Amino acid sequence: MCGSCEDICLPGAIVKEREKGPAPTDIDAYSGIWVVCEAPDGIIPAWAKELLSKAHDLAAKAGEELTAVVLGHSLGEVPKDLAAFGADRVLVVDEPSLKGFHDDIYANVLAYMARKELPSVILAASTPMGRAYIPRVATMLETGLTADCMDLDISTEDKTLLQTRPTFGGNLIATITCRKHRPQMATVRPHVFKPREPDQAARVSVINFSVPEELLASRAKVIETHVEPLEGPDITEADVVVTVGRGIGNKETLEQAMELAELLGAAVGATRPITDEGWLPDRAQIGQTGVTISPKLYIGLGVSGAVHHTVGIRGSEIIVAVNKDPEAPIFEMATYGIVGDLHEILPVLIDRIRKERAGK
Amino acid sequence: MAEVNYFLNEEQQMIVELTRQLAREKIIPVRARLDEQEEFPWDLVKDFAQADLFGLFIPEEYGGLGGGCFEMCLALEQLAYGCVGVTTTYAASALGGYPILLFGSDEQKQRYLPDIAAGAKLAAFGLTESTAGSDAAAIQTTAVEEGDYWVLNGSKQWITSGGEAEIYTIIAMTDRHKGPRGASAFIVEKGDPGFSFGKKEKKMGIRASSTTELFFDNCKIPKDRLLGRRGMGFIIAMRTLDQARPGIGAMGVGLAQAAMDEAILFARQRVQFGQPVIAFQAIQHMLADMATEIEAARALVYAIARTIDTGIKDMAKLSAMAKLFATDMAMKVTTDAVQVMGGHGYMADYPVEKMMRDAKILQIYEGTNQIQKNVIGQALNKEYAKKA
Amino acid sequence: MEIVVCIKQVPDTATVRFDREKGTIIREGVQSIINPSDLHALEAGLSLRDELGGKVTVITMGPPQAESALRDALSLGADEAILLSDRAFAAADTLATTYTLLKAIQKIGLPDLILCGTHAIDGDTAQVGPGLAARLGWPSITQVAGLEILDTGTRFLVKRLIEQGYEMVEVELPALLTCHKSLNRPRVPSLKAKMRARKADIPVWGHEDLGADSGKIGIKGSPTWVDSTFVPAFEAKREMLEGSPDEQVDALIVRLKESGLL
Repeated sequence: MCGSCEDICLPGAIVKEREKGPAPTDIDAYSGIWVVCEAPDGIIPAWAKELLSKAHDLAAKAGEELTAVVLGHSLGEVPKDLAAFGADRVLVVDEPSLKGFHDDIYANVLAYMARKELPSVILAASTPMGRAYIPRVATMLETGLTADCMDLDISTEDKTLLQTRPTFGGNLIATITCRKHRPQMATVRPHVFKPREPDQAARVSVINFSVPEELLASRAKVIETHVEPLEGPDITEADVVVTVGRGIGNKETLEQAMELAELLGAAVGATRPITDEGWLPDRAQIGQTGVTISPKLYIGLGVSGAVHHTVGIRGSEIIVAVNKDPEAPIFEMATYGIVGDLHEILPVLIDRIRKERAGK
Repeated sequence: MAEVNYFLNEEQQMIVELTRQLAREKIIPVRARLDEQEEFPWDLVKDFAQADLFGLFIPEEYGGLGGGCFEMCLALEQLAYGCVGVTTTYAASALGGYPILLFGSDEQKQRYLPDIAAGAKLAAFGLTESTAGSDAAAIQTTAVEEGDYWVLNGSKQWITSGGEAEIYTIIAMTDRHKGPRGASAFIVEKGDPGFSFGKKEKKMGIRASSTTELFFDNCKIPKDRLLGRRGMGFIIAMRTLDQARPGIGAMGVGLAQAAMDEAILFARQRVQFGQPVIAFQAIQHMLADMATEIEAARALVYAIARTIDTGIKDMAKLSAMAKLFATDMAMKVTTDAVQVMGGHGYMADYPVEKMMRDAKILQIYEGTNQIQKNVIGQALNKEYAKKA
Repeated sequence: MEIVVCIKQVPDTATVRFDREKGTIIREGVQSIINPSDLHALEAGLSLRDELGGKVTVITMGPPQAESALRDALSLGADEAILLSDRAFAAADTLATTYTLLKAIQKIGLPDLILCGTHAIDGDTAQVGPGLAARLGWPSITQVAGLEILDTGTRFLVKRLIEQGYEMVEVELPALLTCHKSLNRPRVPSLKAKMRARKADIPVWGHEDLGADSGKIGIKGSPTWVDSTFVPAFEAKREMLEGSPDEQVDALIVRLKESGLL
């Protein structure tokens, strides 16, 4: 449980003292850390390297073996590529029925593997796919799962995974444990960890894991997969991100913000009200229910700084905030703050940057 | 801080709650766009229908909720808090429906009221003409009896929901030589032969509502579309307006409340000379006048609406008072709200400039406020003649 | 079509404030609402019922005051509502929650379709929907953004959002879907339903009514545990650039150039 609702519940309705947990599992029978990568199209996503890198540190700290688990189809050299990021071994399930993402099949396969191998920790990404099937796996294994973690640590004493995640729209941060059950499962936000330098010399065993045929069937059938290519720089990779918030007021100002972004070669991000309004696509949304970014420069225009947004920008090196409300919480975390009207500031800013560029 | 207790019953509280929710969740997020693009709010009309609001004033036997003038006022106030333009479309359907409710035959009620109550069809009311605004007796549209039909000729101007509504109550002259007693009321349906619409007017405010001309070119309608008896047209029109006018007052109250809320929110944030502008007495006094006048108007509108619901006959004076006072107040309060916010208030980034534009129509439609004063003045003259 | 919609009553994040010192929520003035994406699940259920006939039953697990969320759901047109409330359910994590919901759904009778929101705005785990489907052994499809009825309602064609795109999936019922906000536009309550809802009888089921294993519910059935909570802090330079817009922008340009960003 998250426990954070304790304070708004009826007195006594929730008590933070644990009397007796669910029948605990035999913890000593479980060992090793798994990082799970789903690759229905045979492509390993960027986060897999970050997550493996982080898991490598955890494994080293706890003296555990690190396993990369790859589920998908037409995987080719992909499993081997992962070895460079710190895995001790790679377990692969490469099956035609893993082409196209079926929540239940992916869950069946991973749960089956975990029952056979008894890992102590299973880490996956909190992408739409991860969040779709990992909860099924945790339920099948009757263990705990912490969603959307932004940090992880492991205790050297009892190998308890310390899972840090935002709750209440990112306004509270909770550290969650699953002490008496195994495996300890967590999904982790993409892009919160940095990938390590690949070690091309690393040699690891790649093991093809076979699963019973009956686990590979579903009443759901993927008819078509449609991937929309990104326009402009990828917001999670960009060095500069111009972010618009509710305070931009109207679409003309939005266009000016886009102009500024183009001048800076920046990606354009948004807070939730902007994407809810349909002014920018959902994938531009930064924060708790959107993406996490870590650019060199973040420029917030009319962004008030509600924590469910700012939880996604903490990795930014320099934060510039322009807002007309001097009390806006964004100024609390700004490197440079400008209190002012965007109608006045933006044209000047665009003009100056254009001149800077021309001067070069 | 305590608020005035208007002793609403549970049902009335529910109406307030629901319409407030509609204003907050559905109307306010889209009102600027609707205003800017002069877009008819069909999505919101569907929401109002889903919420059973179109049947608020219609008896249960016709699928409505059986509310009265007061319930309508409660709903109109809350909806107008969101947008007067959108609310005008809702109010216009009631205005078109009242003549049928008040004077329709059983068959006419059965035929039209359930659709109006369900919001499946919008209604509209057509009295005004290019040469007959305040002087309603000057209308030129005629209706002539021909066998089993009435044939209408002429045009109506500035008709709210023209083109969007399906059911129109139209006042036309049947016996010109009889003067005001020579007018009759008819139900005309969209699609009737010879009935067409002019282009949508460009307006200062309430731009989410549709306002068009109606044309009758040998428009042939069955005989049973006559409402009430021949010659009752003016009585029907006046009784309809008497019933509806407190609702316009209620819209003024809701609009003014919205403008004041915006002004106070702004005045508490805007810092000048080192303090929020609400700390200045010049601003405080304006806000104090606004708050007091809004409450006075609300109390008057509620009291008159409740009096009308007791079934009184001669309601013209009271009804006119409710409209006159509350809409003049709305004009003043919205103007002052813009003033409190200064340059910001004048900009389309903030909602009060739209509110000020919208307020103006409340002083004009359903009888200008000068006409309301005539109604009140004539009623006073009559009352005191009896006392003399 | 028999449809069960699972909803959650959550604090309206717009009204929640946090105590930085204690790392907790300030209780005062918090309003409760139906979790936003659950409203899209309910709307999907109501429109399917309106089209195909059948019944929409809404369930929620929560404290006694969660009944108001169910009345709101009835005001929107749900046919029946059941509150799962028991001191023994308190402090459940998602594993215990899906077990409790499973027992309730078994008691109601297995429906053709279960609908949930994508995630709750308070906990934001997005685990209850898929977890419940796993307990039933049903397919789950998350983040449903489009839905088309096939074969008079024995199958659906759904559009579900994935990374940078979507999948079109054909699914045979029974199934569980989690509904994305882009799926539909939730309706507003109706006055008539609101009046009915006010008087409606809402059964309250506890763990004995469900025949639930007391080791699998509430705090006892929850393997995860909150070790600590805190309100996040952030160290920043917080230099405010003053002056006219020209001066402010100039100051910014100078600093960005110093950092090598221009």
